Amino acid sequence: MRELNTLTAHELIALLNIGDISPIDICKGVLDAIKNKDAKLNALVHFDENKVFERVNALAKKDGTKALWGIPIFIKDNICVRDELTTCSSKILDGFCPPYNATVIDKLSQNGAVLMGKTNMDEFAFGSSTETSCYGTTRNPWDLERIPGGSSGGAAACVAADEAIFALGSDTGGSIRQPASLCGVVGLKPTYGRVSRYGLIAFASSLDQIGPVTKDVEDAALLLKVISGHDSMDSTSVNKPVPDYPSLIKRDVKALKIGIPRQYFIEGLDAEVKDSMREAIKRIEDMGCVCEDMDLPHTEFAVSVYYLVATAEASSNLARFDGVQYGLRSKQAKSFIDMYKKTRQIGFGDEAKRRIILGTFALSSGYYDAYYLRALKVRTLIKRDFEDAFKKFDAIITPTSPTPAFRIGEKTQDPLTMYLSDIFTISANLAGIPGVSVPCGFTRDNLPIGLQILGSPFDEETILRIAYNYEQNTDWHKKRPKI
Amino acid sequence: MAITKDTVKYVANLARIELTEKELSHFTGQLDRILDYVHKLKTLDVARLEPTSHVLEMKNIYREDKVKQSLPPSEVMKNAPAKEKDLFKVQKIV
Repeated sequence: MRELNTLTAHELIALLNIGDISPIDICKGVLDAIKNKDAKLNALVHFDENKVFERVNALAKKDGTKALWGIPIFIKDNICVRDELTTCSSKILDGFCPPYNATVIDKLSQNGAVLMGKTNMDEFAFGSSTETSCYGTTRNPWDLERIPGGSSGGAAACVAADEAIFALGSDTGGSIRQPASLCGVVGLKPTYGRVSRYGLIAFASSLDQIGPVTKDVEDAALLLKVISGHDSMDSTSVNKPVPDYPSLIKRDVKALKIGIPRQYFIEGLDAEVKDSMREAIKRIEDMGCVCEDMDLPHTEFAVSVYYLVATAEASSNLARFDGVQYGLRSKQAKSFIDMYKKTRQIGFGDEAKRRIILGTFALSSGYYDAYYLRALKVRTLIKRDFEDAFKKFDAIITPTSPTPAFRIGEKTQDPLTMYLSDIFTISANLAGIPGVSVPCGFTRDNLPIGLQILGSPFDEETILRIAYNYEQNTDWHKKRPKI
Repeated sequence: MAITKDTVKYVANLARIELTEKELSHFTGQLDRILDYVHKLKTLDVARLEPTSHVLEMKNIYREDKVKQSLPPSEVMKNAPAKEKDLFKVQKIV
């Protein structure tokens, strides 16, 4: 039998149901894998083995209402877990233990999932490589000299390396999908409003969504069903029924119309990624879908819009980290205002400072109209591109990332080059639509390549259905890195 | 130049972040390059467009005006860097 840590949640649930294994067996398997591998990967930031055993032992009895009973899960370090370190991998939140749970954490607990610990991330989710974490870079399990993507790099790396069964990440401009693609796992960003953001430490409130990082599409569907739904604690969560994703995705995809946007096959797209895409499209056509080239005319403006809107929102959201109520406080200050400034100087890393300054600039008097307001207007054009596209197409397929995982340090000196690595994922956040990345191949150097499927708002079912059928026709998702 | 050192200094003060001289010149160069890139937005005519600040078609969300249980002050205060009784303690303001 395969080792338990290498299995998916749905495979483990089947074994638990027939009584072959117990939750403690699964946790032991996962803990062993962590001991063997995490010193090399640095995917986990807050993790206490004793607490894990306490939680397994305290599990309520199994019953039919607990969809994830006994399944261990890792959580990105920007999602609040009561009385557990939640630091956004930033020095400024050093020692912070929230007095409440994020809604997704309550939902996981109600469904019997076992919280394992926190995964590494770019500081406050500001990055595409997990290099801006105050705890150091996470390494890509396929090549330890390369980045795992970001900002949910820890989540993607620990799932890919079988140190975890699955994990929750967050996605503001691609932070679930891009690391999933670069680590060879499945990552889903739900529609804006599908999953409650209550207890997700805000980066850009109009773009952020929590979502699953998993080993296969069925697990993504399973986890999405558990975390979705209306929450009175998040006024932007939408009151729509939650479909039974795990069963609905197994229907066939015959005659679905799929758009392939010309604007995504640009200069800078890696040749091997391009080849894998072409292969994947052929495969999807063989499944009975109808693929057709189409246009999303304003794609080239997405990165510009994003880095004004997201930083503007971030500069406002991060104003709360001032040394007064929680986290770090500078002891060097001579006055109250000086305490703010010095706390933020020592508490934030370079990328956080850069984004706060850029966002403050875009919002400041004299620049607001030319930068922030103009970006919001162009955001309307990007959103319209998708509205028009989904009148004709059921889904859109693109590469998730223009390149496979790059080398550690390769892009840290030039923020703009780093920002451009999000070029294919950002539009979905600006338009609020769902997107999923699934493995679709490997480079000659054995680095994973990901395929992105985008859908219309609240139609996670269709993109997961295409992803599931594609996965059934390929075995990319079964390949695992040797560490 | 889209942005000068003086502007970065001014904005950093608005954002309540102290910068070293080195950070200041480093960030100015990087921000200048980023702003130069986003200038491509100027090529579009946006005069007739409505801004999209969020994607949902919803306006105000109301709840019933009922008092609910809040967290106990001891829980709320437990992360405070400095406190006295149930109050956050900071330096003298005026």
